[in-house]
Amino acid sequence: MEDGAFVKFVTDTPSGIEREAVYGPPAETAPLCPPPGEAPFTRGIRSDMYRGRLWTMRQYAGFGSPEATNERYRFLLNSGQTGLSVAFDLPSQIGYDSDDVDAEEEVGRVGVPIDTLADMEIVFDGIPLDQMSTSMTINGTAAIMLAMYVAVAQRQGVSPEQITGTIQNDILKEYVARGTWIFPPDPSLRLIVDTIEYCAQQAPRFNPISIAGAHFRDAGANALQELAFTLADGITYVERCRERGLDLDRIGRRLSFFFYTHMDLFEEVAKYRAGRRLWARIMGDRFGITDPKSMLFRVGVVCGGSSLTAQQPQNNIVRVAYEALAAVLGGVQSIFTCAWDEALTLPSQETAELALRTQQVLAYETGVPSVADPLGGSWYVEELTDRYEREAERLIAQIDERGGMVACIESGWVQSEISAEAYRQQRLIESGERPIVGVNVFQRPGEVQDVEYYQTSQDDLARQRERLDRVRAERDDAAVAKTLEALQDGARGDANLMPHLIDCVQAYCTVGEITDALRGVFGEFDQPLVI
Amino acid sequence: MERIRVLIAKPGLDGHDRGAKVVARALRDAGMEVIYLGLRNTPARIAAAAVQEDVDAVGLSVLSGSHLPLARKVLDALREAGGGDIPVVIGGTIPPDDVPALKDLGIAAVLPTSARLDDAVATVRRLVEKRRGIGAVT
Repeated sequence: MEDGAFVKFVTDTPSGIEREAVYGPPAETAPLCPPPGEAPFTRGIRSDMYRGRLWTMRQYAGFGSPEATNERYRFLLNSGQTGLSVAFDLPSQIGYDSDDVDAEEEVGRVGVPIDTLADMEIVFDGIPLDQMSTSMTINGTAAIMLAMYVAVAQRQGVSPEQITGTIQNDILKEYVARGTWIFPPDPSLRLIVDTIEYCAQQAPRFNPISIAGAHFRDAGANALQELAFTLADGITYVERCRERGLDLDRIGRRLSFFFYTHMDLFEEVAKYRAGRRLWARIMGDRFGITDPKSMLFRVGVVCGGSSLTAQQPQNNIVRVAYEALAAVLGGVQSIFTCAWDEALTLPSQETAELALRTQQVLAYETGVPSVADPLGGSWYVEELTDRYEREAERLIAQIDERGGMVACIESGWVQSEISAEAYRQQRLIESGERPIVGVNVFQRPGEVQDVEYYQTSQDDLARQRERLDRVRAERDDAAVAKTLEALQDGARGDANLMPHLIDCVQAYCTVGEITDALRGVFGEFDQPLVI
Repeated sequence: MERIRVLIAKPGLDGHDRGAKVVARALRDAGMEVIYLGLRNTPARIAAAAVQEDVDAVGLSVLSGSHLPLARKVLDALREAGGGDIPVVIGGTIPPDDVPALKDLGIAAVLPTSARLDDAVATVRRLVEKRRGIGAVT
């Protein structure tokens, strides 16, 4: 495959859907899709789409220390970013403090360490939370971080009703793909419904969950699996809300989704169009939702991830740009464009800036956002949309037959389906059947990577631990004990735990202490060891 | 040759197991027996499993950047458990500059992000054959 003239491109989609060489009108006259903004929203969730509201440009960031993270946020906001996206380090995500011996290697590596409210205050220092929409990629400890966000807002004089943003809070995909689970499914789902209920009552502008397919994709799922597994997770969450007796018309309005946009442009566009239509049908048919606003598949996306290559990494700039184009043609609501060095390390300030500029060029120079659903009516795109909807529906029916998503996770079925696909894709790449530029075709012999590698600093770690020690020394121990005990009592019963969690964080309980209190009642997830 | 037994585990808190599982599948397809230990393994658990299962090699996968301290702890634990001669291979997002340090610690081979599955299989096979060869001589 050394000579480019002999490189064959693939004609079927990465999900294995055959494509015609050319599409013509369908054999039967299909009913026209309603215009954007009308159910089932195939063509978009708003009638005026990006003219009415441009997508949010939200770069995932967080590393080292609360101070360094706050500095990066201010830089990104000054560079024209329009929302924040918080990356937490692994101990904060799994409920360990920065001085825990089981967690010490991971402090500050892949995100910001948050031990107590004192850290959260620094992260948002000088950032008015009544004017900022903040997305937090947090799952196992999502309810704790939401409590902290509410508490920081209150210290700024901002009420819960005023806060906007999203916590990811999607534990099901963590069991399958991302691995930051803590408790078993049932208590985890109860905590999630607690946050959904709390937000519906107290923080109605805040999205309490972002049902994520992106991590399935990073784990190796194809676009079709991503769509089906994510909607199946969504079904599970809505079922649990229904069991709690929540008003589904009300909570439906605040559900949001999070996907990956990879390289096959038309597959991605079809995926988002099919996703909107299918979710609207699920909410209507399965759950009897009647308010169109509660059927919306509002989706934020990442461009990059496992579609980026370590080889010739600057090619990733081009990949991310095409992916962002696909996302906009697909009508998404927010975009995170990965930096080109992310296959190798955490992005530097320069590469993060270039990633943001990629979106800005798309938004302001290409003219693409000025027309809603510009590919609507294309025979090809409409047929692909129908196909992805049908195939995803078929997969969801399989999950239903297997007893739903929780059963499929506990048995390890979903995990195996995804890793089988990851393995298949890897073999296709290594055999050259699926060309990846710079990897298996057009390689650069003797390539040496010139990348600035992110390093954690021992000073950051020391400072983080010092602050934790100081908070522990200065806080009111009686209040800590009392709030943790109340939390445990609540956990044993069936009260909504959010008020207890807010009390705990206000008393400067640590994330580790709060999680341990809950671990004591809920236990831990028993991972199925399947490959 | 006796069937090769390999332990694949993720130490630390990182939950990205795609690489670990894909490599596990490749080793299995190459005729090896794979014991998969999943996520969040303590060094002691990995060492105990490696010795108890009498594996020929251990494969670790780390994508969070904590490969150096984790490799050190796992190797220490293996020595303590009496498995100090079991070759340990590590894969993940590992900067090239860290490879010499990992080798100095006693890591037998490093498989970076760009490694091919064939490389992984060949690396394990080479290390195991070397260990068995030495074992036969002594």
